Parts: sequence; C-alpha cells; structure tokens
Amino acid sequence: MSPAGTRAEELADAAVAGDRRALARLLTAVENRTPTAEAALRRLYPGTGRAHLVGITGAPGAGKSTLVAALIAEVRAAGRAVAVVAVDPSSPITGGALLGDRVRMQAYASDDGVFIRSMASRGHAGGLAATSTSAATVLDAAGFDLVLLETVGTGQSEVEVAAAADTTVVLEAPEMGDEVQAIKAGLLEVADIVVVNKGDRPGAQRTAAQLRAMLTSTVSPRVAAADGAFAPGDERAARPRPKRPEVLITTASTGEGVPALLAALDRHRSAGREGLAGGARLARAEAQVLAIVSERLRDRFHGAAVAPATEATLLAVAEHRLDPYTAADQLLASLTGGHPAN
Amino acid sequence: MSERPIKILIAKPGLDGHDRGAKVLARGLRDEGFEVVYTGLRQTPEMIATAALQEDVDVVGLSILSGAHMTLLPKVTRLLRERGLDDVLVTAGGIIPDDDIPALEEAGVAAVFGPGTTIAEVAAYIRSHVRPPEA
Repeated sequence: MSPAGTRAEELADAAVAGDRRALARLLTAVENRTPTAEAALRRLYPGTGRAHLVGITGAPGAGKSTLVAALIAEVRAAGRAVAVVAVDPSSPITGGALLGDRVRMQAYASDDGVFIRSMASRGHAGGLAATSTSAATVLDAAGFDLVLLETVGTGQSEVEVAAAADTTVVLEAPEMGDEVQAIKAGLLEVADIVVVNKGDRPGAQRTAAQLRAMLTSTVSPRVAAADGAFAPGDERAARPRPKRPEVLITTASTGEGVPALLAALDRHRSAGREGLAGGARLARAEAQVLAIVSERLRDRFHGAAVAPATEATLLAVAEHRLDPYTAADQLLASLTGGHPAN
Repeated sequence: MSERPIKILIAKPGLDGHDRGAKVLARGLRDEGFEVVYTGLRQTPEMIATAALQEDVDVVGLSILSGAHMTLLPKVTRLLRERGLDDVLVTAGGIIPDDDIPALEEAGVAAVFGPGTTIAEVAAYIRSHVRPPEA
C-alpha cells in the first residue's frame, strides 16, 4: 500500500478509536485535501451517517458562536458527545484568517465529549469551507452524536449549509428587518428552524411574531402541499415546496430557550428519519459527488498530458476566436479520448 | 492542492485583562497570511493545550503581562508535550525580563518577543522555524 494509504489507515483507525490528536491531524489533512485525507475518507465513509449534522447560520454578530456554546452545554448535560466545525472567512487578499469562534466556547477544555475545530473558508464562497462537509464526516466517524457546522456570518444567499446539514438553523437578531425581509427568497427559505436570538432585547417577541406570520402562512398551494393536503399521486404534491420552519426565541448568553431549541433539533431529526428528509440526503450526496467530479475534471485539464491543449483552447476564448461553449465541449471531448480513468 | 497556510494559536494565559497587544498581533499575523486562532483572555494552560491539540496548530503564541510567566509558560509547554504536541513551536511575548528567558527556553519556549518587536519580525521567525507540513 502507498505511504499515504498506510498513514490514512493509521490516522483513521486511531481517530475512530478516540485518539483526539489523530482526529485533529486527520482534519488538517482533510482541510489540505491531501492524498491521506482522501484515502481516510474512503475508509471512514461507510461507518458514517449516524451523527446529527446541524448547520447554524445567520448574519455576523447574530450570536452564532454564543448559541453554539450554549448548545454544547445543553447537549453535554444530556450526556451526548458534540463536535463543532466553526468557519470564519479567509482574507481574499493575503489568504490569512482570524478564527475567533473559540473565544465563546472555552469551558470544555478537559471534557473529551466536546471537540471544537476552527476552519478558514479559504476562498470558498457560500458560508462554509470547501472541506467542511468532509470534516463533518470525519467527526461523525469519530463517534460524535451531534456535529454543529457554524458558518461564516452570512447575508441573504449563502444557503450551502442547508445541503451539508440534516437540520439548518437560521439565526436572526431582533429588529434586523421588517416583514418584507422575511418574505425574500434565500437564507430564510432553507431554515428548518428559525431562532430569534438576543431574546432579552426589546423587539424580540415582535420579530419572532413577524417571522412566524410570514414563514408559516398557508397562502399558496405549494405550502398546502407541504402540509400533506394533496394525495401522494397528485401532481401538486410533487412540486418543490417551501419549508415551514419553527420559530423559536433564545437568549444564548444566558441559555434561555436553548433546551427548547435542542428539543426542536431532536424533533426535526426524528421527522427526517421517518423519510421526510430523504430528498435532502440525496441532494447532499449529489452536491458532494459533483463537487469531487468537478475538482477531478479541473485536475485533469491541468494534468501534464492535456495542459498545453487546454491552454490553447483557453487562449482562443480569451482572444474571442472561440466561444466558451464550444471550448467546453472540446475540452470534455479531449478527456474521453485515450485517457483511462485515474 | 494549494500550499497550506501556517496555523497559529494566540492565547493569553493567566489573569491579566490586557489583550490589546494579543489582538493587534493576531490581526497583524492574519495580514501576513497566517491562519490565526484567537482564544481570548484568561486561558488556563489546560485550555491552551486543548485548543492547540484540537486545532492542530503549528505555533502557539502566548501573550502574558501579569508577571506569572515563570509559572504558566512551563506549564503550557509541559501539557503540550504530555499530549504529544512536542513539534509545536511555542513563542511568548509581553513583559518578560531578559533574565527569565534562559529558563523559559530550557522549558521549551522557542523564542521570547519583547516590546518593540515588529509583526514582520515575528512572521519571519515563524516562517523559518515551523515544521514542514505532511502530505
């Protein structure tokens, strides 16, 4: 076996057996997309799918890290093991990053049931790092019951976390917007649970009431479909339909409302297990596999054998001698001729 | 596969509440292209060792102004060694008298940066002393 393969086996087996140092090293390999990481993920994947992956997203300063810290306390009190992947943005200019989410999660230094890992987004747009899903897979394999994926502070359209997580929590702060904000397409649409945090601030109740009114109304037939109003065979039941998120209020800094949030997470999980979220799992698999396919394609176009041809094609597009669609078809055709897999 | 940025933990052990220096350093190192994990004030050696292990950092930078460096810094290096993190580069900054530096080096602190050290100097030291990443 290759050195990377042997190293991967050792790291993967040690991480699964509870070796936290090995787990941390494996996560580094995953972030760096090394051959070791790929071999380890191949080995670990069949044993995963047990953990509940929960995405936590929302605007900068809404209280994501504080809520994660409060959730850790609640999950530990219930005797379950919890891991956190906390993503902060990388600088588009220097590639550096300041990862500050641990500041709020310090209380568990000697608790083996808690594992916190910060990740820089490394240029990936969408709220997560490109490797966050793989990191969650590794933590799942290491036996954590709950894996919390905390995104960078998001705006309106960083919805990627919804594809990565079983349950997506969107955090709102009081008075962040009116009812029109609540009915815009995007982030709020992918929420399974909406949390209005900073519940001790004035306006929290009103914000929650507005969100409830706007997100859970049953005005459209598609929403009615989500309620099961149409028979399974009915064409209207098969259309894409909006979620009907629960709206909760928390005060993460005091823990107020956090037990109710954990209960809501558990309820969403059981509902998913009963098949409601089967489509979501398939969508996640598709996103994961297609991301790898596109990465592999890119590698092959840059590979020694094809790089000059690729470059010539790109140059032709740059000089407007060739249109990009024809160029793409040519590149794809060049791959299928005479290049065996791998 | 792109080159991995060096990952640094900046922590403040002990009880002094002055973290402006640590924050300025963390931000400066970010601008130098490092991935900096900032953990904030009042860290116990336990917390620092756990964070270094979970984050798999290459460097632990400790900022201390309280005068307790002779107690706290050797404790951090000992905990790091006990957890198998002997290849992590440990540096310190803050108010540390020159006379104490040999003993700290003996305890495993690789470098002590006093007042007046520039961020560029710290960055250059880190770049030339960190272990190469594994495949």
